[in-house]
Amino acid sequence: MSQVNRLNGGQVNADQPLKFKFDGKSFTGQQGDTLASALLANGVRLMGRSFKYHRPRGVLTAGSEEPNALVELRTGARQEPNTRATTIELFDGLTAKSQNRLGPLQFDLLAINDRFSNFLTAGFYYKTFMWPAAFWEKIYEPIIRHAAGLGSLSLQEDPDVYDKGFLHCDLLVIGAGPAGLAAALTAGRSGAQVILADEDFRMGGRLNSETFVLGDQSGADWADSVIAELASLSNVRVMPRTTIIGAFDHGIYGAVERISDHKIVPDAGKPRQILWRIYTKRTVLAAGAIERPIAFENNDRPGIMLASAIRTYANRFAVAADQRIAIFTNNDDGHRTAQDLHAKGIKISAVVDVRPDAPRSMDYEVLNGEVVDTKGRLGLTFAEVRLADGTMRALECGALGVSGGWNPNVHMTCHQRGRPTWNDALAAFVPGGVLPPGMTVAGAANGDMSTAGALKGGAAAASSVLKDLGLTAKTIKLPQTEDTPVAIKPFWYVEGCSRAWLDQQNDVTVKDVKLSHQEGFRSVEHLKRYTTLGMATDQGKTSNMGGLAIMAELAGKTIPEVGTTIFRPPYTPTSIGVLAGRHRGQEFHPKRLTPSHKWAQEQGAVFVEVGNWLRAQWFPRAGETTWRESVDREVLATRKSVGVCDVTTLGKVDVQGADAAAFLNKIYCNAFAKLEVGKTRYGLMLREDGIAKDDGTAARLAEDHFVVTTTTANALPVYRHMEFVRQCLFPDMDVQLISTTEAWAQYAIAGPNSRALLQKIVDPDTEISNEAFPFMGCANITVCGGLRARLFRISFSGELAYEIAVPTAYGDALIRKIMEVGTEFDVTPYGTEALGVMRIEKGHAAGNELNGTTTAQNLGMGRMVSKTKDSIGSKLSEREGLNAAGDLRQVGIKPVNPADAVPAGAHLMNADGPVDAAHDQGYVTSACFSPNLGHAIALGFLKNGDTRLGEVMRIVSPLNDYATTVEIVSAHFIDPQGERLRA
Amino acid sequence: MIINHPLLGPRDSAEFTYLGDAKLIDRPDAASENAAQEFYEYAYLRDNPAGWHKELWFHEAGDRSWLVVTRNTLTHEISKVELARDVARSRGRSK
Repeated sequence: MSQVNRLNGGQVNADQPLKFKFDGKSFTGQQGDTLASALLANGVRLMGRSFKYHRPRGVLTAGSEEPNALVELRTGARQEPNTRATTIELFDGLTAKSQNRLGPLQFDLLAINDRFSNFLTAGFYYKTFMWPAAFWEKIYEPIIRHAAGLGSLSLQEDPDVYDKGFLHCDLLVIGAGPAGLAAALTAGRSGAQVILADEDFRMGGRLNSETFVLGDQSGADWADSVIAELASLSNVRVMPRTTIIGAFDHGIYGAVERISDHKIVPDAGKPRQILWRIYTKRTVLAAGAIERPIAFENNDRPGIMLASAIRTYANRFAVAADQRIAIFTNNDDGHRTAQDLHAKGIKISAVVDVRPDAPRSMDYEVLNGEVVDTKGRLGLTFAEVRLADGTMRALECGALGVSGGWNPNVHMTCHQRGRPTWNDALAAFVPGGVLPPGMTVAGAANGDMSTAGALKGGAAAASSVLKDLGLTAKTIKLPQTEDTPVAIKPFWYVEGCSRAWLDQQNDVTVKDVKLSHQEGFRSVEHLKRYTTLGMATDQGKTSNMGGLAIMAELAGKTIPEVGTTIFRPPYTPTSIGVLAGRHRGQEFHPKRLTPSHKWAQEQGAVFVEVGNWLRAQWFPRAGETTWRESVDREVLATRKSVGVCDVTTLGKVDVQGADAAAFLNKIYCNAFAKLEVGKTRYGLMLREDGIAKDDGTAARLAEDHFVVTTTTANALPVYRHMEFVRQCLFPDMDVQLISTTEAWAQYAIAGPNSRALLQKIVDPDTEISNEAFPFMGCANITVCGGLRARLFRISFSGELAYEIAVPTAYGDALIRKIMEVGTEFDVTPYGTEALGVMRIEKGHAAGNELNGTTTAQNLGMGRMVSKTKDSIGSKLSEREGLNAAGDLRQVGIKPVNPADAVPAGAHLMNADGPVDAAHDQGYVTSACFSPNLGHAIALGFLKNGDTRLGEVMRIVSPLNDYATTVEIVSAHFIDPQGERLRA
Repeated sequence: MIINHPLLGPRDSAEFTYLGDAKLIDRPDAASENAAQEFYEYAYLRDNPAGWHKELWFHEAGDRSWLVVTRNTLTHEISKVELARDVARSRGRSK
């Protein structure tokens, strides 16, 4: 027997049957169904188990506010937990399963929690699991995590892609119900750039769910015709399946468009979802209203739904929630459900209205009373009614539609500083406070609850926006339609109820709210956090009002006096995948490749990420089995003959202008004004607080032209800082800066044969003898027959060395040329590891030493800070605290036993005495194995280090339980006199 | 947020890097008698107003201008955007 509850009509297509599976069982639905409507059509009311008590649960709503019917959609890597059955557009081959159960859905073994509900009330985590503390992590939490929680993750990588995009418009209309359509049509016909977005796959909002006519058309047909017109306008972008997730600053809205969620797998080349960033001048929020339930004992059984949802299922999806339906209401709107269902031939058990003056009906019984309890283990069978005269009645029904009135959907109005205000006539909060700039609210979201009111409100909102934007508004002819005033008696919960659910997703009952009040949680914000009311994935769209009303009553206040909590983005749960977009895996951040990358790949280089750059780390050769073998070889070969390394990634800043030298004098703590043209100088940059910021070199190519280098990691922040100094501190200096990091390919050529090799590259008229081009020289030259290049005689390795730069486009050609002409010297490419080993051997500070806590004094460069000029950081570097006796100084460290390692991060301790923080003497910053010395070496900072050379100390590394004895030595392990540099 | 760049028009704040209080423009004179105290205050003491705040933004993914943005820290409303260089000059900075 299939689709036992399927009716005729609606906006589903009986000619397009769709097969799907729920909990392994096969069903058939129709095109236009949601998973929830298709399940109801097949007589399935039980769709899941509740969060805490594992109570059987069905569907409560027909929209994205659904708290209950959460399922795991799809299988394998595409499995998606906590998906609302009410918003899943049915497709052929859909598979879903219920979640939060142990065993089959009908016999959930954890339903035992329901029996222990007395122990699981508000705050039970805090009260029950306090002691002993050690039990929390090992025992309590795993049990709770297992029992509570919702769906599960597949733990496989998501195979789909997600995109991001940007849209701009004059007017964003959020919601395509009557108000939104009227607004979009008014603005669209007037020529404004309009985006109309609706989360539903079928636009029209409540027009699809009601039986009112608009003019001579059904609501759904009128909506269809308006959407067709809008879609034909080139200035309007119609976006169904698009949820506006948040209203952000300055008219920026986030939107998630579900491109492929209604397909079994995305079409080729299509993303699963797109995150749009919409920039709009104005917004009309036409998000409608959300019906709220009434709390009564056992009001959470499958089959108990919002009255409006039953109406939606019947009118839009052609599904009877059951063949026998009762209604419980405090307002006239609840009666509409009974009328519509009766008209479709469904048996109405009775309409129970709390108002003695409720509208009567010729077609079914209307009772003045309250539903006090319900029966039915896995689905509703009876509703117990207490009539106004005190007599009891049992109503047989499989579905009970509950209406406690409607809440304008104020969610998005709260995203900045909006605070909803109370409206007595509606017994609901309406938009209030400061709305997001440029936002107008229209229709039911603004409290205009009738269809005619919504149409009028939407059109008026658009007209006023158009006027604001200087456009002439064309008036549209609005159809005649339903214009019924709201008739409601505020009624929140049935007297004496206790296990009456307010928040079904987080299992919060009336009893919990009372308990929380009794325990002193009197502010709404405290109530929310203590009971978790409204803190589930639905943000309490259907539940918050009930909790507030009960709290107000307990406190003897009115609801507006108690106030309300507010909503935050995202409007509905948003997948991490769409927020990440393409930024995942290898594409997490941009990848920058050096000009020699392709060549290095051909050499089999191993690469390392340095910021966004990929740099060659070492170049393994056949027969080498460990990275150390390769690195040791590269170091030895360089020091023996010549090596080459790509140093393009170092930041390069061109500094030009009459005041270029004066500018460098400001950014570096050491002096630059007198640097000769054709010379390079090491520069140390301080932060204004006197701490070392970065270091590098500045080469003076002309009187008014310097090339500054920065470390790879700090290229961006240093450039930013230099621009700050130039624009904000010395705005009249005649100096211009430009980052040329990407413009030049630069190679370090190091080793005793570097000059001989270079001789084969540079053009004949370039003289590079030691006399003509001494240590720290720099020049504009030409290479390889006329190619412009820059040559610097600087050395990070401590060897005779040069850095040569050519325009990036020639970087690949140059490395190949260097390797070709260097064959006779056995030129060896080296990577960042060998670079690191050689700079430690030489005692050069790098990022490990310039670590944001060290001063020039610590680095042994205290005398470099010029006292004769003002530079950034110079004044505060004079502070007493940065110049205290006993300060850390950079030293070299070697193990007493050459076989021992010296791990970076280890701390230095005196040879004798306690090992603790109070006796700490310093720490190791950089360490490596020196193939030249045959043992480990390290750099570090030691108290009074400059006076302790030769001292034997201990290093300890409690992290890996390591300790050994070391000797403090000069940081210059190789060539301490610098003879090689100057050779 | 959208920052209305005085040269380039409205740009998304994602193109900018934030530094902080625009008082950083008022770097003390190192030759002043009280320079140590003034530099200490310059480097460490900031107001953290709930309301209007003049702050420095760098158009890093754009034209590399430093801007002084007058922004309300409560509402994120931006009332004024100026080139930091102009502000610096108006506050007496030169070379």
